[in-house]
Amino acid sequence: MKVFVRIVIFSIVLSLCYWGFSNYGIPQVIPEPPPVEEQISGSMTMDQYIALGGKIFNGKGTCTLCHNPVGGRAPLLDTGGKDGPPVGARAADRIKDPGYKGKAKTAEEYIHESEVDPSAFVVAGYGKPGTNDTVSPMPATNKGSIGLSEAEIGAVISYLQKSAGVQVTVKLPTGAAPVAAAPADAEPQSAKTPEEAINKHGCPTCHKIPGIEEGGDIGPDQKGLASRAGKRVKGLSAREYIMQSIVSPDAYTVKGFEPGTMPADLGETMTVKELEMIIKYLMEKTG
Amino acid sequence: MNSLRKSWVNRFSFLFLILFVFTLIIPMGYSASISLKEAFATEAPASAGGEHAKGEEGKKVEGEKSQYKPASKLKVEDYPIVKGFNSRIAVWIVAQLHLFFGAFVLAVPIFVLVIEGVGLATKDERYDHMAHEFIKVSMTAFSITASLGGLLAFMFVSFYPDFFKYMAGIFGKTMIIYAILFFGESFCLYVYYYGWDRLNKGFSKWVHLSVGLMLNVFGMTLMVLSNTWASFMMAPSGIDDSGIFLGNIWAAIRGPLWNPINLHRFIANIAFGGSVVGAYAAFKFLSAKTDEEKAHYDWMGYTANFIAIFGFLPLPFAGYWLMKEVYSYSQQMGITAMGGAFAWLFIIQAVLIGSLFLGANYYLWCGMGRIKGSERYTPAIKYLVIVIVGCFLVWFTPHTLIMTSKEVTQVGGTHHPVLGSLGVMSAKNTAVNMLIVSTFLSFMLYRRSNKIATASWTSTGNALQVALFTAAAINIVTLGVYGYFIPANIRIGLSIPQVMTTLTVIIVSSIIDAFMYKGAKSTGPIEWGKMAQRSQYALFLLAISFTWLMGLMGYVRSALRQHWHVYTVLRDNSVDAFTPTLGYAATIITISVYIFIALVIFAFWIANFSTKKQKVVEASH
Repeated sequence: MKVFVRIVIFSIVLSLCYWGFSNYGIPQVIPEPPPVEEQISGSMTMDQYIALGGKIFNGKGTCTLCHNPVGGRAPLLDTGGKDGPPVGARAADRIKDPGYKGKAKTAEEYIHESEVDPSAFVVAGYGKPGTNDTVSPMPATNKGSIGLSEAEIGAVISYLQKSAGVQVTVKLPTGAAPVAAAPADAEPQSAKTPEEAINKHGCPTCHKIPGIEEGGDIGPDQKGLASRAGKRVKGLSAREYIMQSIVSPDAYTVKGFEPGTMPADLGETMTVKELEMIIKYLMEKTG
Repeated sequence: MNSLRKSWVNRFSFLFLILFVFTLIIPMGYSASISLKEAFATEAPASAGGEHAKGEEGKKVEGEKSQYKPASKLKVEDYPIVKGFNSRIAVWIVAQLHLFFGAFVLAVPIFVLVIEGVGLATKDERYDHMAHEFIKVSMTAFSITASLGGLLAFMFVSFYPDFFKYMAGIFGKTMIIYAILFFGESFCLYVYYYGWDRLNKGFSKWVHLSVGLMLNVFGMTLMVLSNTWASFMMAPSGIDDSGIFLGNIWAAIRGPLWNPINLHRFIANIAFGGSVVGAYAAFKFLSAKTDEEKAHYDWMGYTANFIAIFGFLPLPFAGYWLMKEVYSYSQQMGITAMGGAFAWLFIIQAVLIGSLFLGANYYLWCGMGRIKGSERYTPAIKYLVIVIVGCFLVWFTPHTLIMTSKEVTQVGGTHHPVLGSLGVMSAKNTAVNMLIVSTFLSFMLYRRSNKIATASWTSTGNALQVALFTAAAINIVTLGVYGYFIPANIRIGLSIPQVMTTLTVIIVSSIIDAFMYKGAKSTGPIEWGKMAQRSQYALFLLAISFTWLMGLMGYVRSALRQHWHVYTVLRDNSVDAFTPTLGYAATIITISVYIFIALVIFAFWIANFSTKKQKVVEASH
């Protein structure tokens, strides 16, 4: 009996160790909730449509799983890389490629075709192994597990064109919004205070910000920002400069700091209300 | 009189054998006829539905009406809810328990048959007794497996009726075949176990072995058949985009992940089954009253550990193949597993596998203590410890770290400047291959402990083996380092030469050893039973860690489907469609492991009870 009790205790404790490590030894990443179809209405402005495209590109579309600079699994799309400028800018040249066998006639059609029929043109080096770049490993984004609607695909194209700095040719969707499957509580919730918004988006991880406890020094100290912001970039007011620093952080890099360090997707992850609150807070508190 | 009885036994045995063959042939023939019929049927224009046919067969013409329906678009109301009862957790636990027991009862007959065969070939009755004892401990587990399977089916029908209906619409015929095969397996198992003493001599023994073989054929067929359902849910085939079955059952069965899962489960079952009977032997060893009993259970524990490690060493390779096919089927699914929300799960896996390697090696090193002559190899153990612990730490190192903002500032980012580079696949593949090579070296030293090679070319053979191990280590590490300088999609291919290097070392070294130690001089017998008590806890560690690992990998395999019952086809719209955190999953796994331990103790207790009764009967005679 003594042996039995010892073994049972040993087994329970060992299992508990594994349980403890799984709960406290690693971060508890909360996986994304199941995606829902975006509510797109005819009353949407182009800026809102482009912002939605960015949100889909970074989230539901799962584009960044492969189109990122780390894995090298797929060409970069919203920024330039070894495969040339962003896709919005290079799309027109792709159609002229002798290897191109698709049906697209314009840059917009090319990006659309790449989304719904990825094997129509495979960029050299990114095909499925053993297919000599004739078959793309990318799934069609309008089917299967991604299943984007036409309006959502249009939003992504508009985002990619905007990121490339070319003219956005996508037409705004017209008519009523599709049946929204999104429950109200699945919509992003804005932070209630600027302090909450600053912490929610992890700004103190890299910046010291007046009025916020603890702060890193990977990014510039925000003390005195309000007074120097208007002088940083010619033609940009202090407010515009702060907004640009948040939404497009690599547009201007403060001397002594590394470009590419600050997350480039805050424009998508932050709500408009939060962006407004943070700018106002920085203008008022950083003197 | 005796010879008359013997001849009757032989005739009966032969009749049984014929009966079993027919039991196997009938469902196989039935299954084959369905496949052929449907394969031919699909050559003619068939059903209507979506845009593309998945799978190679089953092309169809638009506009014609199909007898099969598309996958339903389910709503929350389609899932029956019982207040205060979480159906997902209940199904999760019951399915996991069914898999634990299923793996155990499928694995045990495999190595029991091999051990019985070894006993027959060597004419050493100890093997026969051990095989009999192994199968005895799995008997109650077999009934528990069946009960859990029934309960699981009932739960699917009750809580996920539309999902079950969809699956049954495609796989209904295979489910009937499954039931027939199950009866065949039960029949063989009972004849195999209860006929052990009766069918023990001469031709009867061969009949008994044939029954054992049939038992395994039934068991394996059951496993690959049920794997079709699981692999279809992950990577559906034989259907169109809207989920309409195209009519060819073989196309639905032969999904891209079916064979990788078959192989992975087959090997994992052997490792798992070995570890569980190892725990049984360890318990009996610790409770043994006599030296004879201790010796028997020490030997049984060693054999079980050998089986577990034998299955465990090739398991990572089967895992590579499975993941390669996952990437090939859906890069999105592959990246979600290895680089997305589940990336941290593989750190838990590293801890578990590290524990398994350390436990298995520790048991071998302790075992060397009962062998005279092993002192020659004792100094090598400390170097093996360094390599194994080092590799474990590399595998355990995450790519990104959990830090406070202050720590992020101090380190200069979420990746450690030096250790962060150990968190990528290049380092981890290198570590796991080195772990396997080191464990194999431990085993080689153990096997050599009481032997002195007498072959004239011994020094050349030893030099060759040293060169082989050194070259392998250099090759594995060099390929690992090279991986840092090439793109990810090419890097994954480096795992193949690394694995081939490891397999080459194992195979070539084993062949050299076999010839070099033929007719070797013995330094003394293995003193079975003279084993430190603490070594037996290594066997428990193996059993618990394997069980936990199985629960964890079962979770990730299912969770990769995310919010889909059948990936990309039948969406899960229940209130529990979310993917839980790893901590949440760990809680369910731990509960499943505890229930499994309790049920296994019950099964062992029953087995022990019958042993006691047998001893009493023998004593009274």
